[in-house]
Amino acid sequence: MQRFSRRKFVATIGAATVAPASALYPAQAAAPQQMAPPVSPAESAKPVYLFFNLAEAAFIDSACERLIPADESGPGALGAGVPNYLDKQLGGAWGSGERLYRSGPWKAGSPSQGYQLPFTPAELFHVALRAINRHFETQGAAFGTLSAEGQDTYLKTLEAGGADLDGVPSAVFFDMLLRMTVEGFFSDPVYGGNRDMVAWRMIGFPGAYADYYEAIDRHGEKFVREPMSIGEDARRHLHVDPNIPASL
Amino acid sequence: MVQRLKEVDVVIIGVGMVGSIVGKELAAAGYKVVGLERGEARFTVPEFQSPAVHDELRFDIRKALMQDNTREPVTFRNNSSETALPVRRWESFLPGTGLGGSMVHWNGQTYRFQANDFELATRTKERYGKNFLDKDVTIQDWGVTYADLEPHYDRFEYLLGTSGKAGNIKGEIQPGGDPHESPRSREYPTPPQKEHFQGALFRKAATSLGYHPFPQPSSNLSQPYTNPEGVKLNACVFCGFCERYACEHYAKSVPQTVILPVLLANPNFELRTGCQVQRINLDSTRKKATGVTYIDTAGREFEQPASLVITASFALNNVRMLLLSGIGKPYNPQSGTGVVGRNYAYQTMSSVASFFDEDVFINPFMASGASGTLINDFAGDNFDHSGLGFIGGAFIGAVNTNGRPIQYHPVPPGTPAWGKRWKEAVVKHYNHTVMFSLHGSSVSTRQNYLDLDPTYRDAWGQPLLRMTFDFPQNDLKMAAYVTAKGVEIGKAMGAKQVAGAPRTAPYTTTVYQTTHNTGGTVMGNDPRTSVVNRYLQSWDVPNVFVIGASAYPQNASWNPTDTLGALTYWAIDALKNRYLKNPGRLVSA
Repeated sequence: MQRFSRRKFVATIGAATVAPASALYPAQAAAPQQMAPPVSPAESAKPVYLFFNLAEAAFIDSACERLIPADESGPGALGAGVPNYLDKQLGGAWGSGERLYRSGPWKAGSPSQGYQLPFTPAELFHVALRAINRHFETQGAAFGTLSAEGQDTYLKTLEAGGADLDGVPSAVFFDMLLRMTVEGFFSDPVYGGNRDMVAWRMIGFPGAYADYYEAIDRHGEKFVREPMSIGEDARRHLHVDPNIPASL
Repeated sequence: MVQRLKEVDVVIIGVGMVGSIVGKELAAAGYKVVGLERGEARFTVPEFQSPAVHDELRFDIRKALMQDNTREPVTFRNNSSETALPVRRWESFLPGTGLGGSMVHWNGQTYRFQANDFELATRTKERYGKNFLDKDVTIQDWGVTYADLEPHYDRFEYLLGTSGKAGNIKGEIQPGGDPHESPRSREYPTPPQKEHFQGALFRKAATSLGYHPFPQPSSNLSQPYTNPEGVKLNACVFCGFCERYACEHYAKSVPQTVILPVLLANPNFELRTGCQVQRINLDSTRKKATGVTYIDTAGREFEQPASLVITASFALNNVRMLLLSGIGKPYNPQSGTGVVGRNYAYQTMSSVASFFDEDVFINPFMASGASGTLINDFAGDNFDHSGLGFIGGAFIGAVNTNGRPIQYHPVPPGTPAWGKRWKEAVVKHYNHTVMFSLHGSSVSTRQNYLDLDPTYRDAWGQPLLRMTFDFPQNDLKMAAYVTAKGVEIGKAMGAKQVAGAPRTAPYTTTVYQTTHNTGGTVMGNDPRTSVVNRYLQSWDVPNVFVIGASAYPQNASWNPTDTLGALTYWAIDALKNRYLKNPGRLVSA
């Protein structure tokens, strides 16, 4: 069980984007030591990835941070733990096709008919990430070593659908990656993203707190309150659900 | 092996709102009633408790309360020339499952339709002439009038305890209410909910333009209430987790909070959950139902004989049940003949976003599912359509229900979908935007319909329902017209930037719009154009009643639940006072 303190979260701004290709994860491991005040080992521990292999994780860490970058308003996807969220979702029921009708025959449909591929989300990510990483191997430089602009240019190529990723249309992969990144950023921290509720603080969403009877007709007043997670204990420590990814 | 059970008087398919009310009334009248619910039993305590229910990922995104689409989806195509494919993930509409049905996750927006809506074909012809409509439009009268339904609307609203302000009591216009509404016999059971900031901004702007704003009628209650069944509800605290969620406060009127405690205490009623009804069984004449066949969660098959079968499931599932059972002639869009699956309609939803400066704090997360303020000036036939080329309209309202951020993070048009500029825009606009909902009507047409899919099957091996639908030209014109009116209101609020988003074609299953699917077992007075008569009794098999929004011949400018509640009590009235005393056709064909 992992615990997050209430301390102001320190973003690992841009760290992943300057990591050398050969070194996997130096960015996050190093960043807290360089930038953050001393924290307990539990707090500085890097999430254990259950689903992504090292090469996949390197791409996901960098790509998520480009989709939601750290800036003056607060951490980006990486600092908020979004890759950890993706890892747990894809390694669990969602990855294996929860809420996805999976009977054939399989046919390409119109855009109005929605997702019609036989891949589960887990299969889709593995297949697409293998093709992406193979592409960068042939280029001789990992995605994470590109400049921010270079990374954005590549992501836009995926978004536009210009690449076939071993049978996964790149636009489908990009759409799923973006959706899940936004989910991980804004969902309750019990799911492994939105670490310390940074995304909720950023926009002023009070989270699971839910009694506005006295506040609702105080029109135009800024509502200031610490956000609340569904995983908080009485001392306001947050607990990541130990049953995830099998909890849904 | 099929196990044959002891015969009962009544079997109800689906224990949602309709099934609970019908079950309660018939059990109280002394009949032995069995309610078959495919989902699980669930109650405010322990299932709906916070903080676990305030989980956007689980309930909004993963659709925890919805029909299990891995076993039972629908297939979809925009038109008959395409091959329908399964809707592999729910998005556009969200049928529920489990005790209490879809109503457990509703917003509580509780509108009556207007007198005009029930006689739409006749009144449209009278006011605009017989050639006004596009040739493919198949709107028709309901076979009941508003006057028929008024006492039943009243009864349903008092069951729910709906919070609102009457605009017309017995023909007298009431200040503060909706002056366009058809006359109601008395005031709402409870006063309106508190107005949120969006509603207040809208009210001022709409008034300045000469419109008639009023508080949204809400079945999230403004104050504690004890309904005529003796069941107590609490006041809503505006938690902002309403639609797609169950309420932990006993403040949203759903079967669990308004009727199930009474129903489940009656020994004449037996609830069976986990029962997937396969079909309604007919005798050799195919004009009489003998009961239903269902499969339980362990895979065991049962036959439940009954004298009377009531189909009370979600609209789409009512249609499918008749098709699977061979009751009524399936609709054929080429010939225009047949009735089951005919006149499927939806709701034409548009929106307007008004972006304010960063010193205007909207606090979108403070809301109930039905708080806010709206106008009916451009709904239904409340404005002159001469020269406009369409019928129908939409209510326009600041009826925002939440600020849950995975789904709600409005940004102005032209903002990139990700990256630095996206993030900046989300931070800048999240708490400073007012959203209007434009809740538009939907005409039925010759080409929009439901039937059984020839290819795809459910987990029990039965054909899926196939939906063929696209937005009719009539409704696209309506959406464009009404959205322009909404944009004017947004500008009158003083917003810095106002962006209208009228609904456009093609209809897509990939974006949530509404779960107001209607039609397919249409009611009426002519068996050639209706599946059930004006009492919701099957023309073909008189001991089958089909109660649901599937009975609507087309959909109006408002949320359908209140009208369904009224129709339920209307049908119960006919069942108790006429049919059950002397079973047979209530209307001769």
